[in-house]
Amino acid sequence: MITLTHYLVVSAILFSIGLMGVLRRRNLLMLFFSTEIMLNSVNIAFAAFSNAYGDLTGQMFAFFIIAIAASEVAVGLGLLILLYKKFGSLDLDDLANMRG
Amino acid sequence: MIETVAFYLFSVLTIGLFLVTVMSKNVLYAMTSLAAGMVLISGFFFILGADFLGVVQLIVYVGAVMALYSFGMMFFDLTRDIKEKNTNSALIFVLGGLSALVLVLIFAAPIYSQNIQALYPMHEGVGNAQDVGIVLFTKYLVPFEVAAIMLLVAMVAGIILAGKKMDQSLTEDTNADDTILVTKDAK
Repeated sequence: MITLTHYLVVSAILFSIGLMGVLRRRNLLMLFFSTEIMLNSVNIAFAAFSNAYGDLTGQMFAFFIIAIAASEVAVGLGLLILLYKKFGSLDLDDLANMRG
Repeated sequence: MIETVAFYLFSVLTIGLFLVTVMSKNVLYAMTSLAAGMVLISGFFFILGADFLGVVQLIVYVGAVMALYSFGMMFFDLTRDIKEKNTNSALIFVLGGLSALVLVLIFAAPIYSQNIQALYPMHEGVGNAQDVGIVLFTKYLVPFEVAAIMLLVAMVAGIILAGKKMDQSLTEDTNADDTILVTKDAK
């Protein structure tokens, strides 16, 4: 029998995978991919709560998260194209201007 | 029974595919496995009875976001492997694990305190899409319209940011053309 806890554990595992990606990768496009993974894992948690409590609020928030993720990708990819035109690379170490 | 099998199949496959996304050195492999993981996550939504959410996940993520990323890849010329220097991965694993623990605690605290009441309960005998539509266009009408405006702003921002100097190639060596132009001007 699959309970709410199972879904939450999967969601937490996926979230930590995405967080590890954000902390570990140095390429900006890979950081975007990891962010998508984190948003999706939270969506799984919301859908699981919605199912467990018989409440539609979780699904509503998942819809708004999907809308926010779509607009984030549109703006972020435009910014990435500008950065690539300026620096010729998407590596975070190459983009560091200020040597602190 | 079939729910159990589907849950374990989807969870193992998603975790594996997203690990490939995070660990892979090739952007093409990472993007493909990310798209496959998104499809399987919509499978989770179908198991959970959120049919409309699953369809939206398929359309928006797999259809739109992945297409946007693949078009972005054409600009960036990322077919070769990425060289990155990774430092101190043990610290990153510890930080990631701790953050996952905090996430579980945050989500689990209201369950154990038993304070959750259903605000908008699902109706029996009504399809999920109908139910979602009724709640979305009554209780959540204002956030829905604000989200529509946000998507419009994001579209305009994306066009303006990416649309400048689209006639020039990003990946070709533009300096070669510049020297030719300079020599032409000198003559």
